[in-house]
Amino acid sequence: MTASTSGPVPTKGGGSTPLPDDGMTASTTGDVQTTKRRRTNSRQNVAGWLFVGPFGIVFLALLVLPIGYALYMSLFQKSLIFGTRFVFLGNYLKAFSDPSFLGGVWFVLRFSVVLIPVQMAVSLAIALILDTVTSKFARFSRLMIFLPYAIPTVIGALMWGFLYSRNFGPIADVFGAFGASGPDFLSSNLIFYGLLNVVTWQWAGYYMIILYAALQGIDPTLYEAARIDGASTWQIIVRIKIRLLTPALVLILVFALIGTLQFFNEPKILQQLAAGAIPDDFTPNMYAYQQAFTLANNNYSSTISFALGAVVFVCVYIFMFVTRKRGNFLS
Amino acid sequence: MKTKQVLAASLAFLLTGAIAACSGDDDSTGSNSQKPTNCTNTISKPDLPVVTLWAWYPNTQLVVDNFNSQHNDVQVCWTNAGAGGDEYDKFQTAVTAGKGAPDVVMLEADRIPTFQAQKALVDLTDKGLNDVKANFSAGAWKDVSVGSGVYGAPIDGGPMGMIYRKDIFDKYKIKPPTTWAEYEAAAQKVKDAGGPLFGDFPANQPAYVTALLYQNGAQPFAYDPANKGEIGIKLNDDATKKVLDYWAGLVKKGLVGKQDQFTPEYISGVIGGKYATYLSAAWAPGYLQGAGVGKGADAKVWATAPMPQWDPANPVSVNWGGSAFSVTTQAKDPALAAKVAFGVYADDASLKDGWQNQIIFPLNLKVLKSPEFVDAKVGFFDGQQANKEVYVPAADAYQGMTYTPIGQYYYSAFTKQIAAINDGSKTGSAAADALQDDVAKYAKEQGFTVK
Repeated sequence: MTASTSGPVPTKGGGSTPLPDDGMTASTTGDVQTTKRRRTNSRQNVAGWLFVGPFGIVFLALLVLPIGYALYMSLFQKSLIFGTRFVFLGNYLKAFSDPSFLGGVWFVLRFSVVLIPVQMAVSLAIALILDTVTSKFARFSRLMIFLPYAIPTVIGALMWGFLYSRNFGPIADVFGAFGASGPDFLSSNLIFYGLLNVVTWQWAGYYMIILYAALQGIDPTLYEAARIDGASTWQIIVRIKIRLLTPALVLILVFALIGTLQFFNEPKILQQLAAGAIPDDFTPNMYAYQQAFTLANNNYSSTISFALGAVVFVCVYIFMFVTRKRGNFLS
Repeated sequence: MKTKQVLAASLAFLLTGAIAACSGDDDSTGSNSQKPTNCTNTISKPDLPVVTLWAWYPNTQLVVDNFNSQHNDVQVCWTNAGAGGDEYDKFQTAVTAGKGAPDVVMLEADRIPTFQAQKALVDLTDKGLNDVKANFSAGAWKDVSVGSGVYGAPIDGGPMGMIYRKDIFDKYKIKPPTTWAEYEAAAQKVKDAGGPLFGDFPANQPAYVTALLYQNGAQPFAYDPANKGEIGIKLNDDATKKVLDYWAGLVKKGLVGKQDQFTPEYISGVIGGKYATYLSAAWAPGYLQGAGVGKGADAKVWATAPMPQWDPANPVSVNWGGSAFSVTTQAKDPALAAKVAFGVYADDASLKDGWQNQIIFPLNLKVLKSPEFVDAKVGFFDGQQANKEVYVPAADAYQGMTYTPIGQYYYSAFTKQIAAINDGSKTGSAAADALQDDVAKYAKEQGFTVK
């Protein structure tokens, strides 16, 4: 709506620099026609801007401006005694030598290396099974396996927090039945696996749906041809299905990598139950949260966010580069 | 091409204008509205000036109504902005933003220096302090003071005692330990007889562990804003190491648990008889009953005794928790706000409701010295005169603590070290050294000269 008010503006700039598509006709036809054409052209421009407008406003106001402001803030250092000072990249130098930040990055990298293969293997296996078996039960299972993704992260994490309980959780009961004491998935030693399980449970169904949809898109005549050539079911899976799934697998890998490096929700919720095992600098995002909202250091928090963004960018770039070169990263 | 550029430029210009206009609107509504409209309570005398208040006492509604009906010069508009950390995060955001804070805010004493250092709180020394000074003990005033300034009106405290289960103590034939050596011996005895854990060493309660450090004479922090930029940090002295090594030993021997407190896991353990003692403050019975303790099979099994001591000849009383009302520098009328801070929860009816329902342990000496309070038989402790035997003497002997402006960071760092003790990766002494390094480094980053 704002663009419409500036409609007449373009005519000011007429004459001097003809638009490229006007170049041919400008010399042969009269001024009237040119103006008309320009009007049509500018009207089209206005329409274009109108269409882009709503998105543009949201994009600028909610993405570009905040990011720009955060970048600006990250160049200042805030301390109780000295107040706020401009330090240019000083905060970034600090972040990349800050054991809390580096420890957090190291954790999410380790977590990604274990989580992503597990998650992909689980979702791929389920997708392949559901693709092979066609019955009412398969359709029901598909829904059930997808269900955890429909449960809000907060509720999922809380639920697992209670399931892990050693006083009233079912895991403790199962171990108790055999006279053993159950593992404490909320202790410092096992929290890695506790979180691994929560995240896999929550996301495997979602990735399974992506892979399943990709499997549905494969032309069934390929299977027929393979069978005529004497391929077994296993060979069809390995040689045809998984190969053709590669783009979808790469896609979910990138999703999972970005999501895991920004790990926040699950540990933040479970921190309420296990503050000892999940300190405030557990992951880089949690550390940014602590700096901003507990320690009132929005500047350093912005720095951490950008530094994490850089880490994510580098990781994804390396991954894309590697897969691009080999063509097929599974082979 | 040029057309597009001009269009883009004008769009961007309009957009920025629109955004600026929006924020401008917010500003004007914020400062123009004289009367806050989002009060949780109903203001009965709408013509009077209004002071806004954030507080989370469960009986705040009653307390505020009492204040409003008794005052004809000011009315309180109360909002519950969350309990503890939730409120601090919101208040911190308002302080950073420079607007949005209430006139009077409820703070735990250990948070006061953090906000005082950011110049968010008003010194109450010349704002009616002398009228109420005699109502509170020296220790109570010290807790809400930073240097020579007083930044809060004390309301409630948490003198500590040892809550224990009579059934477990009877079963294993032990008496309430009076020293820490006896505490360990009793714990060992219960364990050898196949009994439950004796206590708990929670990583998420660094304020509680700090109180334990104080009990052995540790003075972790020295801070006075008058000595600008100086802070004393002593987190690895012998007194601190002795306490942390003691608890590390109890954890290692399996005599106490390492469960975070204020969690469903811990409370279910308390109800189920998993812990023989709960070293806690005078407000604990109210909290425990709210969480369902003492209502079923574990009714009438609770009792309380004074805290075990390091040196029984020189007993030391310590405090955990307790809150005050502070006036913020964003208050429109600080004098009026100070009047509210000193007046809310200071009338007899409110205080009585607070202590009788075990919502607070009041610090007001009018209550602490009243026979009704001292001799009260506490239902949770099966009729034991808990105030007389444990909590009033502890409150009387309490000397006060010196808190630090970097308390938030200190607690976060301490939580990590307690967790390291609990998972066996550090001894108590090593944890104390690591804590000292960590906190001193942060203080230096904040520009302090660390002494």
